Amino acid sequence: MVETRFPKRPTKHLSLLALFLAFGLAGCQAASRGTGDLGLVVERAAGRVQIFETTGRSALHQVAALGDLSHASTVFSRDGRYAYVFGRDGGLSKIDLLAGRLVKRVVQAGNSIGGAISQDGKLIAVSNYEPGGVRIFDAETLAPVADIPAIYGANKARSKVVGLVDAPGQRFVFSLYDAGEIWIADLSSPGEPGIQKYQDIGRQPYDGLITPDGRYYLAGLFGEDGIALLDLWRPEGGVQRILDGYGRGEEPLPVYKMPHLEGWASAGNLLFLPAVGRHEVLVVERESWREVGRVAVRGQPVFVVARPDGRQVWVNFAHPNNDVVQVVDVASRRILRTLRPGKAVLHMEFTPRGEQVWLSVRDEDRVEVYDTGSFVRIADLPADKPSGIFLTARANRIGL
Amino acid sequence: MAKSLPIVGAFLVLIAGPAAMAEPTAERQGELLYRLRQDCGSCHGMTLKGGLGPSLLPAALADSPAEALVEVILDGRPGTPMAPWGFEIDRDEAGWLVRRLKEGL
Repeated sequence: MVETRFPKRPTKHLSLLALFLAFGLAGCQAASRGTGDLGLVVERAAGRVQIFETTGRSALHQVAALGDLSHASTVFSRDGRYAYVFGRDGGLSKIDLLAGRLVKRVVQAGNSIGGAISQDGKLIAVSNYEPGGVRIFDAETLAPVADIPAIYGANKARSKVVGLVDAPGQRFVFSLYDAGEIWIADLSSPGEPGIQKYQDIGRQPYDGLITPDGRYYLAGLFGEDGIALLDLWRPEGGVQRILDGYGRGEEPLPVYKMPHLEGWASAGNLLFLPAVGRHEVLVVERESWREVGRVAVRGQPVFVVARPDGRQVWVNFAHPNNDVVQVVDVASRRILRTLRPGKAVLHMEFTPRGEQVWLSVRDEDRVEVYDTGSFVRIADLPADKPSGIFLTARANRIGL
Repeated sequence: MAKSLPIVGAFLVLIAGPAAMAEPTAERQGELLYRLRQDCGSCHGMTLKGGLGPSLLPAALADSPAEALVEVILDGRPGTPMAPWGFEIDRDEAGWLVRRLKEGL
């Protein structure tokens, strides 16, 4: 009996040892994985993000307790390991994508709208509605580095800040919604930002974008038909107005959700922009900045994003047309396909080379993945009221 | 018990006034609250504390008459991004939403 029992014990120990080893190895594998095919989806009502990978299209981790994530957006550290999530409640959260955990969270303001990471990856900037302005943090520790209150006018009022992007030269560019101004903040000396202000750029700039080469900053105007343009190679040239009066004096249609300009599509020398109060995508030629065409679409465009190769532009819409996504063929500027993913398509994100697009479909509680060549839906992932989807390829792109 | 319910109901109508008579159905109330959080929340914040649009919390609405707020929901506010929702929310529903907002959700 003893002889038969004796070998069992070492076996038990061995299996325990094997178990420990397996866990240890699994840990090592997770830690040595790359992050280039990772991304996260915001589950805004739950205050949570899901981390997923786009190669096998599977969910890896959930990170919760991130506060009010309505309108949350994300930038990535330049090594692609960390995500910085900007929440509505002023929360700035640093997430380790590999470990799937929250590294640090600070509540830096009362009401925030977005953020950016500096050219050198060392600074995080957050744009705030309350108190209106931009705050700068150390990307490593999230310690405060600088505060830029958006004070304007004779009454020294504070403006909500929108359209914050990074720009070459360790700069950030942003727009003041209430003031109608564009500011450039130079963080070459991080503690002492140099501010250049442009006033009277137009009424109610609601979002901004920088072209992928980092040269032009454009602010969309809600209060006027037009776009404010700043050439960052010639900042002394001032802000110029383009697409002035594109609504041609017609009564604008109601806008049930503001367009977002972070993903303004740049395809070759063309930019595809959402019209405001018109169910159209405007096509603008770079350099001349003239309108060269319009594409009639199903509703008020919200995101107008180019596939990374620039051959297709995907458009989603404001309520009540947010169950539809349209694909524009760039060469012909015609609608190539109209998809009906389900109610409330809030965001679209391409894989780095564009063979897949990930859509968040809020009211269906899922993320849908499409093949952008065949338009076939190739995967669904459950997600609780998903909104923004962000892939780590953004880590290496100016303005994202 | 069954007898007293209609009496209580009648009493509530008396104190709340005629507008309370047109309560949306329970299902519609659910839809309206979902819309409020998810779609109004795009500008006003999911917790209604404000965003590009102003706060819709009780303290922020206290000085605005209910009738004026109903008009804003139905017709929007020209010169601001507030859009008119009258195409899919009727006056009674807007009135119900305003009452809910003023008392706090």
